[in-house]
Amino acid sequence: MSDAALTSAAPRGYRHHSKPLWRRALFTREIAVFAALVAVYVVAVFSVPNFAAPITITYLLLDVAAILFIALPMTMIIITGEIDLSVASVVGLSSVVFGTMYQAGLPIPLAIAVAIVVGAVAGFINGFLVTVMRLPSLAVTIGTLALFRGLAVGLLGTTAVTGFPATWSDLATSTIPGTPIPSVMILFGALTIVFVWLLHGSSFGRGVFAIGQSSEAARFSGVSVERTKLILFVLSGTVAALAGVYYTLRYGSARGDNATGLELGVIAAVLLGGVSIFGGRGALHGVIAAVLLIGTLASALRLANVTSDVINIITGTLLVASVVSPSFFAWVHEHWTRSRGRRARAAAAHTDATPATTQVDVPTSHNH
Amino acid sequence: MSTNSAVKAAQPPALELEGVSKSFGSVAALVSASLRVEHGSIHALIGENGAGKSTVVKIIAGLYQRDGGTFRYRGEEVNFTNTAQSKDSGIAVIYQEPTLFPDISVTENIFMGRQPTKSLGRVNRTLMRAMVVDLFSQLGVKLDPDRPTRGLSIADQQIVEIAKAISLDARVLIMDEPTAALSGVEVDRLFKVARSLRDEGRAILFISHRFDEVFELCDTVTVMRDGEYIATSAIADTTVAQLVRQMVGRDISTLYPKEVAEIGDDVLVVSKLNEPGRFHDVSFTVRAGEIVALAGLVGAGRSEIAQAIFGVDSYESGSVTVNGTQLRKHDPVAAMRLGLALVPEDRRKQGVILESSVARNITLAIRQSLRKYGLLRAQTENAAASEWASRLEVKTSALDATAGTLSGGNQQKVVLAKWLATNPSVLIVDEPTRGIDVGTKSEVHRALSRLAGNGLAVLMISSELPEVLGMADRVLVVHEGRITAELDRAEATAETVMYAATHRSAVA
Amino acid sequence: MMASPTNILGQSNVFARLGSIGKAREAGILLAFILVVAVTTTKNPNFLFSTDGFRDLLVTPALLMIVAVGQAIVIITRNVDLSVGSVVGLSAYLTGRVFMDMTWLPWPTVFLLGVVFGALLGLINGALVAFAKVPSLVITLGTLYAFRGINVMWTGSKRINASDMPADFLALGTSAWYRIPVITVIAVLVLAIAGWYTYTQRGGRELYAIGSDPDAANLYGLKVRRRVLSAFVISGALAGLAGVLYAARYGTVNSQVGLGLELQSVGAAVIGGVAIFGGSGSVFGAAIGAFLLLTINRALPVLGVDDFWQRAVVGALIIGAIVLDRLAANRQIRRLVALRDLDQQPGDSDSDRDRELPSDNTKAVNNV
Repeated sequence: MSDAALTSAAPRGYRHHSKPLWRRALFTREIAVFAALVAVYVVAVFSVPNFAAPITITYLLLDVAAILFIALPMTMIIITGEIDLSVASVVGLSSVVFGTMYQAGLPIPLAIAVAIVVGAVAGFINGFLVTVMRLPSLAVTIGTLALFRGLAVGLLGTTAVTGFPATWSDLATSTIPGTPIPSVMILFGALTIVFVWLLHGSSFGRGVFAIGQSSEAARFSGVSVERTKLILFVLSGTVAALAGVYYTLRYGSARGDNATGLELGVIAAVLLGGVSIFGGRGALHGVIAAVLLIGTLASALRLANVTSDVINIITGTLLVASVVSPSFFAWVHEHWTRSRGRRARAAAAHTDATPATTQVDVPTSHNH
Repeated sequence: MSTNSAVKAAQPPALELEGVSKSFGSVAALVSASLRVEHGSIHALIGENGAGKSTVVKIIAGLYQRDGGTFRYRGEEVNFTNTAQSKDSGIAVIYQEPTLFPDISVTENIFMGRQPTKSLGRVNRTLMRAMVVDLFSQLGVKLDPDRPTRGLSIADQQIVEIAKAISLDARVLIMDEPTAALSGVEVDRLFKVARSLRDEGRAILFISHRFDEVFELCDTVTVMRDGEYIATSAIADTTVAQLVRQMVGRDISTLYPKEVAEIGDDVLVVSKLNEPGRFHDVSFTVRAGEIVALAGLVGAGRSEIAQAIFGVDSYESGSVTVNGTQLRKHDPVAAMRLGLALVPEDRRKQGVILESSVARNITLAIRQSLRKYGLLRAQTENAAASEWASRLEVKTSALDATAGTLSGGNQQKVVLAKWLATNPSVLIVDEPTRGIDVGTKSEVHRALSRLAGNGLAVLMISSELPEVLGMADRVLVVHEGRITAELDRAEATAETVMYAATHRSAVA
Repeated sequence: MMASPTNILGQSNVFARLGSIGKAREAGILLAFILVVAVTTTKNPNFLFSTDGFRDLLVTPALLMIVAVGQAIVIITRNVDLSVGSVVGLSAYLTGRVFMDMTWLPWPTVFLLGVVFGALLGLINGALVAFAKVPSLVITLGTLYAFRGINVMWTGSKRINASDMPADFLALGTSAWYRIPVITVIAVLVLAIAGWYTYTQRGGRELYAIGSDPDAANLYGLKVRRRVLSAFVISGALAGLAGVLYAARYGTVNSQVGLGLELQSVGAAVIGGVAIFGGSGSVFGAAIGAFLLLTINRALPVLGVDDFWQRAVVGALIIGAIVLDRLAANRQIRRLVALRDLDQQPGDSDSDRDRELPSDNTKAVNNV
């Protein structure tokens, strides 16, 4: 209808970025987490006996795999400003469903499919309560945390289903031939590609960030806020169920209390990885680095024969430090600029102040 | 309460600011603000958005601390460092959007933090309630003291704020654009209350955009521009034209450049749209090349109509048709697909995502069409954003600057760019120039006019009469959720529009 | 136009009824509790009428109740304290430790020490939340880990037994006052004081204001930081008290005391009608919620439901409670808005200062 040629002036160019590439790339929270990961790894290699052995990497990755899986959708949910505390209970529930289905004689692939469908349904219940009933996700998922765990424990009681065929449990613990990397990382790699695309490379992901930054403005720009959140909760349930199947095969036992408390580990890692609890900010590589950081620390400490539970203190302290430090630096920065501003004003007190603008007209140059 | 009615000449002014300055980082919000408010008077502070009025209010309230200049309260120099200090010395601020505690009763809202107590420090609820009943009867308003404030209209919330101010025995009341969201009835009630407070000897600082209100209510007026004091005059000694000149610093007549455009076929057809409690039986059409204004008072239901048409809100019955296709209700995505665009009323909450970059803001509504093989790349986004930003002459340091760092006018251009990028056939703009500087204002007007000239159908909601009269080919006047008049360009005058905006039947 | 007193009265009756929804909420949960007890007792009279049954009914929920009261106070300020379980554990262990290492200290001093220690841990949470302006969810998730980690490190595989603690102290856990267990008496006392404070004291009322709208609270000049800080200190102190009482009641303390209490206490508060986003609800509701939660747990086996299903019931209860609250709130808002619309209908634009409702409108209001 309208070609909307609004100005007669020749179109001018805009700088795409206000800071050079190296500054944008280096001075980020994600890089800081990566740097910490590398530092911890290097220190551990030199100071902890046996840490450098390939088997360490294998076990490290096997241990954090479930958290890695679940952290992917959790990152997206937290970026929209919601939270899902029920993931570990979905792990337990899918583990139990998988076990009982197998016990009932279903072939493994079918049992896996049923478990994953159950996880998707669990996620849908969360999503329904959050988006249709408009309840706070924090309260909803505290409730479903208890509900799903209760169903899991109720279904199996204290018994456990064991004796899964070796081909399948080996699949969960085997490594890629010639490397210390567990085969399950292939699945994780595939999932990561999907989630990176979804969050950072798709129009859906743009909507996810927009919702977290201002859900009302997103709605006014044609982002289906409710549908997006519902999809994310279903994804979260589905991936948690997948993690539940992995967990079951890895430890060879389907139990109702599998992975109890895992949700806090996942959330701690996501927040440590630079995702804002207020939503709207975060990136998957930071989260993955954070999961690995926690896993590496745990593994190094265990090998160093430090009580494995020290990891709790470290996780907790890291989490608190990582969220407090931005406010602290902001505070320092503010005081610094304030005192500088005062000095500057004192110096220029007699000269005419001109209303400052933040706008800068930039000559044509695309800075790619 | 006080019975001090006569103002003694010797009495120092209630508020006195001289050469007050305030900067935020490198941005000077106030260069040199001066103001002198006497007891027993209503003093208007006017100026365009960005003139520094709100900063002045916040300095008086103790929310900000001034960098320089003097601030005397009842003759004594003061340095408030928090709101409690100014409140305790008798200054009360009634903000445009009152901030009450929604879960708490009207009574407790008025006395929060200073409830009367009985033995053991227990809050004396009976006494507190009796005091509120007394306050309300003094103000001549009827409000239930026991209900929670959730669900109160803005006007009633302001009354609660005023009651709070009186209960504090505030000597100075500052009303920061209190009428912005009020209907005519509510404005009258507010003015009555304000006058009676003045007659008790209190000083009132009234911040407003609306000249009619300033002339109706105030005794004295101070004009600010670009953070500086311009002039103070008695209301009787000044005129609207003079105030406008002082505010704008230039003549206003060049502001509304609607060009003649060729009017085409019906593009947007709204038929019998109805949503109980919001709007009733709304029918109209907008044709290609036409600018149709929805005029009326704030709160008449215009934005509600626009939001229902665009689909962010639902409606009970009726239909919306764009280019012959009926829209599914409550589905903005479908509306966008059919060529509808809405630049919403509340720019900072609904229009622009302050935390997001300029580029992401501009491409948000077209993000799906920018995909290649399902992949959305920053490169593509930046190219599209760059194109639209330059067409609208958005001033920004870089495309990845967050929208929150832009001025209000440039934010509005970003919103316009976002919607024009969708290549709409109907553009709904809700208060397109509210709160933006004069220069950008006329740029926006020129853009709208060009767009209509290119065959776009424009539906413009505006509370500024000159804008309505200058820009619109046709004016639809809304009163209490109903269209009460349809006036063409020749018929539309300030009088006919205002009459229809305040009366149920359109028969003048 | 003067408001006629009859009108205010007439309206206030309507609102009194609307306002009483809040109180009805606590009455409802109390009714549910009584119902559970009644049904279970009909099935098995020993549930209530045996000495043990009566005692268990009162004493089992007492510790959770104390923690839930603290949790409710924090939630009312629009915060959450996830660290309570870890604080309970750490205080319980500290109490036992002091008894072992400083046998010369009189037991009331040790008792007090445990409470003060809990308050100190609460102070850490509170200071981080109030001064670093980081969401409490994140901070207390961090301290949940950190405190538990310290606990595990400190305890190791050791554990404290009844023989390590003085008999007078242990008697607290078993003795009764007119058949009412002392622990329950303490819990009720705590509840009464907390209820009295939050209902009648300015400071208590300000907690509600802060939770209802934190920004408005700042504008009002309320001491938001100090109040939020004290809410966390109270929550910490009550968790500390619960830890001390745990040691007295159970006689053994290991590193796992109080595990999972954070979700139970949040659940109790939510079931009891404390809105998860602050501003409404009461400590009484949270206390009854705690009673209902744990009594259902004990009632299920009596009613023939496998007690593995406990958690599922709890989850369903939490979700049911928030769904019902949402429906009730929606109805209330609709009614308040409807009242406003009626109220604002001017008789005629010219005589619009007349804001009195015609009498038939008032009737219509009452019949809504």
